[in-house]
Amino acid sequence: MLKVEGLTKIFGGLKAVDNASLEVGEGRIVALIGPNGAGKTTLFSCIAGFQSVNAGKVTFQGKDITGGAVHDIARSGMVRTFQITQPFAKLTVHENIAVGAYQKFHDRSQAWEHARRVAEQVGMGAQLDQPAADLTVAGRKRLELARTLATNPKLLLLDEVMAGLNPSEIVEIIDIIRKIRASGVTVLLIEHVMQAVMSLSEHIYVLSYGKIIADGAPHEVVNNPAVIEAYLGRGAADSAKPESSHA
Amino acid sequence: MDLTILGSAAINGLLIGGIYTLVASGLTLIYGVLHIINFAHGSLLMLAMFGVYYLLMKLGIDPYMSLLIMVPVMYLLGYLLYKLLIGRLSQGKDENILLITLGLSILIENLALMFFKGDTRTISVSYSDTMVELGPTLVSLPKIISFGAAMALCAVLGLFIQRTDTGRAIRAVAKERVGARLVGIDVERIFAISFGIGLATLGAAACLLMPIFYVSPTTGHVFVMVAFTVVVLGGMGSFLGAVIGGLIVGLTESFGGLFLGESLGQIGISLIFILILLFRPSGLFGAKR
Amino acid sequence: MNNDARAIGWPLHLALLAIAVAFPFVFPSPFLVNFGVLALFYAFIGQSWNIAGGFAGQLSFGHVVFFGAGAYASTILQLRFGMNPWLGLPASALAGAVVGGIIGFLSFRAGLKGSYFALITLAFAEVLRILVNSVGFTGGGLGLLIPAKMSAANFQFPERIGFYFLILALTVVSIAVAVWLKRSRFGAQLAAIRENEDAAMALGINVFQEKVKVMVLSGAMCGVGGCFFAQYFLYIDPTIVFGVDKSVEMLLVSMIGGAGTIYGPLIGAVLLAGISDITRLITNVQGLSLVLYGTLLVIIIAFLPNGLIDLFKRIGKRFHQGGA
Repeated sequence: MLKVEGLTKIFGGLKAVDNASLEVGEGRIVALIGPNGAGKTTLFSCIAGFQSVNAGKVTFQGKDITGGAVHDIARSGMVRTFQITQPFAKLTVHENIAVGAYQKFHDRSQAWEHARRVAEQVGMGAQLDQPAADLTVAGRKRLELARTLATNPKLLLLDEVMAGLNPSEIVEIIDIIRKIRASGVTVLLIEHVMQAVMSLSEHIYVLSYGKIIADGAPHEVVNNPAVIEAYLGRGAADSAKPESSHA
Repeated sequence: MDLTILGSAAINGLLIGGIYTLVASGLTLIYGVLHIINFAHGSLLMLAMFGVYYLLMKLGIDPYMSLLIMVPVMYLLGYLLYKLLIGRLSQGKDENILLITLGLSILIENLALMFFKGDTRTISVSYSDTMVELGPTLVSLPKIISFGAAMALCAVLGLFIQRTDTGRAIRAVAKERVGARLVGIDVERIFAISFGIGLATLGAAACLLMPIFYVSPTTGHVFVMVAFTVVVLGGMGSFLGAVIGGLIVGLTESFGGLFLGESLGQIGISLIFILILLFRPSGLFGAKR
Repeated sequence: MNNDARAIGWPLHLALLAIAVAFPFVFPSPFLVNFGVLALFYAFIGQSWNIAGGFAGQLSFGHVVFFGAGAYASTILQLRFGMNPWLGLPASALAGAVVGGIIGFLSFRAGLKGSYFALITLAFAEVLRILVNSVGFTGGGLGLLIPAKMSAANFQFPERIGFYFLILALTVVSIAVAVWLKRSRFGAQLAAIRENEDAAMALGINVFQEKVKVMVLSGAMCGVGGCFFAQYFLYIDPTIVFGVDKSVEMLLVSMIGGAGTIYGPLIGAVLLAGISDITRLITNVQGLSLVLYGTLLVIIIAFLPNGLIDLFKRIGKRFHQGGA
């Protein structure tokens, strides 16, 4: 579904993303992890068209979308959430989600009904008439998720959708993401919350200083010395058990 | 086209450009430090010019002497305006403060209309008509004095910003607001001071403009466009840009008037503004947005 | 603010319409009918500004450029080409639309937003004002005088009330457009663009295209206002129809009444026309009404940024809560 080949993004003198390649098969849940500042969000931005790339290719559903316009990419079925949530502050939750729904449904009542259903799906059914500005962080994350979901995407790029959530909220979102996948949506997620990464993903890519340093099944990656070193520093890799929380 | 006519236009353009520089330096300072686009800049200049007018008419004070009064008075006005009004209201969106300064300019302009009536005022002093030979052409003495004073004041302002402690603090706040606060700079005070200085330059410019120009309640409009063009051309927040920009705009206006006539000649300034915003919004010396 | 469409049901729309229709019959004095015309006129052009500035979040300081384009288009076609004056309405809409499209295309292509966009529209208005002022074809600084030939067929109603009902019809159309924006996909996308362009883009909205579209719509409406103005006063010149004053007035009525709301511009316009007429009754002093208005703008932006409509809504809520 999504293939990134040799993507490089340079800011001034800094290689934020360095020859990164990854693949996301249809219907899978793939995670992108790495220490803070590794370049994960930059990689997302490049994939989704928010940033131009200096080198590399992004193929989505067989089509080359490298350097494409953000809205075109979104319309073709790849939608992203933002790490720092970007709600439409003065609009209500329902109106927010409806903007996503309007991508596919041109008729107002259809779009609103679809938005309402999506809101229920993520557990926001009771908050439909609340102004987005009044939501808690968890609420905004959910809204971000709901909005992108309402566009009936084929691939969801989720950027740290669990950040700032408490354990029970995390469990809820994990469940929601599973259900999203079950409905046929492919998911690529950036995440720091290892509990979510381990229980959700089938394949993990690890990014450090812009480079992909490891990829594979969750238990492989977590035991990989290079990965441990990236998070905990040299020496930690030499100790016995790998930690299952991030640095 | 005769070389003397061209030369004359060039010289006159540069001379008025020097004053535009002074006006623009206040605007660019306010923007650079407070990130406020002060739409009231033109009407405040108009207010100051009326001040100079009445100082001459009622108290017989020569406009150039008025510098000693207008500069501190306008500084104080700016300081108070910031403390009492702008400082309180400048939270929120960029556009909000622009609208507030717009409201302020509407207020000032129409208060002027109410109290001073709509007629155009000019002043005349003993040396108003004295001409001086400058290269190929004759130039009016006040223009030369005003240019010289404007350049001197710009230099003083520049030195102040570069060499004094307050100037350093201003530069710090302009560059990195949070950092400045962290090292103990009273940012609110710097904002007020900067706004005050911005208006003080208008006070000075008013003294320099009255002998060679005119004032009416709507003069503000003209100067707003000129000031913004200079600032945008030179680069928002760039002092050097204001100098170069001012001279270019002065020349443009002068040559515009020469080649296109009185009426159409004005178009040059607005066109520069549009072209810069469309093709090089950071201006000649400004930081990339 | 966004539950407008549901909160304002048909009963209210119809009640307001009934009041407006009855107004010139209940108060037939020329002075009051003129007040009505002016109030509705400002409501109409204010709404055109509101569509771009309030609904789509693209504040412009130079909206008069569309107004003047419409005024000059319809007047020149009438005077120099003998076109039927009524055709001035679609002609001015087209002129405004084209100018809106060009300015929108150029400005948004260059990525101008917020204050920069506001200022460049001001510059465009200036450019057109100077051009029109300097060219003989447009009458130069002397402006254009439409010869008085009073007849409805000639788009010059002998009785003011004719103009009143025309501008009322136009205002109704403008309000219908606003209601449509509140309830349509296009309007929802504009609201998204207003709130957060990046997020809107990420949801598949072609932000550039929609912004240009809204400028075309807003320009067309504003242009029609220019045509009406020309026919009502039978005289236009560069300062009147391309000068800063109209830009400011359009912005003021919308911001004070409530930007992005359906009835905001109408409230602001009634207030503006009212203050203007009342101050003129009290005193000869020029400028007083705008002093009041400028002060009002500052107060509104500072304390009631959603406009007077917000105040009414809060009062309405209090009543509801008190009753329940």
